[in-house]
Amino acid sequence: MSAIEVSAPSAPVQEGATIRLAAVRAIPAGWRVIGSREFTEHLLSLRFIVLLLVLGLAGMLAIYSVAGTFRDVASQIAQQTTVTGKSLPVFPHLFTESATIPGVSGQSFPSFAGLVALLGPVLGIAFGFDAISSERSEGTLPRLVSQPIHRDDVINGKFLAGLAVISMILGAVILMLSGVGIIRLGVFPDADVAARIITWFVAAALYVAFWLALATLGSVVFRRAATAALVVIAVWLVLTFFGSQIVSTVANTLRPVPTNPTPVEQLANAQMITDLGRLNPITLFQQMTQALLDPTIQSFDISALVQTDQSRAAVTILPFQQSLLLIWPQVVVLVAGTVICFAAAYVSFMRQEIRA
Amino acid sequence: MAGEPLVIHTRGLEKRYPQEGADDKIAVRSLDLDIRQGEVFGLLGPNGAGKTTTILMLLGLTEPTAGTAEVLGFDPLRDPLQVKRHVGYLPDNVGFYGAMTGRENLRYTARLNGIPDLESDERIDALLHQVGLPESGDQPVETYSRGMRQRLGLADVLVKDPAVVILDEPTTSIDPVGVMEVLDLVRGLARNQGVSVLLSSHLLHQVQQVCDRIAIFVAGDVVAMGTVADIAGQQQRGANVTIDIGVDGDGAGVPELLRAVPGVISVEPDPTDRRLWSVTCPPAIRGSVLTTLIASGHVPWTVRDRGMELDEIYQRYFAANTPQGVAA
Repeated sequence: MSAIEVSAPSAPVQEGATIRLAAVRAIPAGWRVIGSREFTEHLLSLRFIVLLLVLGLAGMLAIYSVAGTFRDVASQIAQQTTVTGKSLPVFPHLFTESATIPGVSGQSFPSFAGLVALLGPVLGIAFGFDAISSERSEGTLPRLVSQPIHRDDVINGKFLAGLAVISMILGAVILMLSGVGIIRLGVFPDADVAARIITWFVAAALYVAFWLALATLGSVVFRRAATAALVVIAVWLVLTFFGSQIVSTVANTLRPVPTNPTPVEQLANAQMITDLGRLNPITLFQQMTQALLDPTIQSFDISALVQTDQSRAAVTILPFQQSLLLIWPQVVVLVAGTVICFAAAYVSFMRQEIRA
Repeated sequence: MAGEPLVIHTRGLEKRYPQEGADDKIAVRSLDLDIRQGEVFGLLGPNGAGKTTTILMLLGLTEPTAGTAEVLGFDPLRDPLQVKRHVGYLPDNVGFYGAMTGRENLRYTARLNGIPDLESDERIDALLHQVGLPESGDQPVETYSRGMRQRLGLADVLVKDPAVVILDEPTTSIDPVGVMEVLDLVRGLARNQGVSVLLSSHLLHQVQQVCDRIAIFVAGDVVAMGTVADIAGQQQRGANVTIDIGVDGDGAGVPELLRAVPGVISVEPDPTDRRLWSVTCPPAIRGSVLTTLIASGHVPWTVRDRGMELDEIYQRYFAANTPQGVAA
């Protein structure tokens, strides 16, 4: 390595004395170096293979259970009349239809979109829960932060690597399932539907990114990876299984519905439930899925739902851009949640002592 | 070495940790440190005495409560990247990514320093050889022993071609032969390449072997700073010295003979080696103790002045500063 003679800028240096410093190089983009190492490590890790297999197999199961009844589904869809006379797209039903399991009455296998809503958080948690704490427990953190990189590069690099791997898994599985749908069922997406599927993939990645950011925050705050994993998994379970109960309990307390409610009171209560539900990332993702994969969804507003019920006879198909506009609030809230988690992780990491 | 430029320069550097319901815990108190280029400087003290905190402040990894620090002319707080670019830091209990080979770990460090692979490959080869890991460089680090990791840590520090090297407890987990090699390497860095070395240790003997100057930390305070001989001198001035004298044979009559020398305060047998006698006396009469012994036909096979050993100095400081020195 070349070395040049540089006199130290402001040290109390004696006359003519110089300090030998290594050649000055451009500041490396630390997040890129860290991110590419993390990415490589993720790809070689067991958790990547396991999660890819789990999501892939679950997706295949979902598609195959749909395949059994898909002909009926398709003919039902074809019968529906639309305002414009254009037929409803069949292809998205591959991802949204939940089919009954043959031989098991009353139970249905979740649709692939439902699987993503359920398992997406697991993906995010798996690639984030030990992001910082593993560096700490392995003793690599002091070495890492004593390199000429900014400290936020560490979090940025790790987050982006995790996001890249997750997008790969989601993308691969969605492509595979689309392929199966095209070949086995002979349904083909037109441009509008393709755009919807691609956007849905982005939405799913965003949804998982929120959980990744939350898990990364956990890995910064908690010294032990196990604690971080348990806490974030607890949040996920509570939101998944008790999210709607919590929302309606809170709504019933704040906007109570008396025994003989007026329509105004009922509406206020329902509005409250809708609003509070939008704080739950799982609800947000479910709404994005609905709007993107079902062009007949026109609004998530409570009053619109009443209307749609009455005019079920002829449905309107929203163009893709309009659906996109519909989910804009959901996207904003989800991005905001991710950014908040990220900022909290960042601040907490900056304030932490590095010593092992 | 006095004419060399300063590479580390601190004035009144201080770190306090606020504690609830109590006075602040002082990790480092008003530290004035001047380290020159090519110098090997030892921070000495028990665990928790403030050595690591000092190092973290120099690297800008911890914010000082008061005082200023300059490393290679850069302020570690305002310009941490410049400091980290030219300072190699080997943390206590250094860790590596277990699934990657030693070479890959070093290459990662090189990339973080903006050194292209083409350039770093050759250097990494040389470094692996230098630290004694030429064979193991391509094995995953999880197969390494603690000592091998420590050696890899040294190579890691040197990848960026640093002007200053900071080593926190570099010899703790290495076997005795390895320790000698590491110390040789450290000495060579300073002598041949003009690299300044700041090393912390609680193993006094090693520090004494390799350091030009030392600072002794006790509970956040530097209680002594200078060359080992200086510090020994400071300690001894006016005080009595203890000399270990080895005499062959059964030693009959030796204690009586020595006690008879005017000025000798005490003569004690060594608890572990019965051929050794510890004589305590003022420094001035060392000579007459020895001449008396030789005149009576006992030729000593060893004469060791205890006061010159760092262990002794160190223990005296701790005797004067316990219990808080040990508790911290």
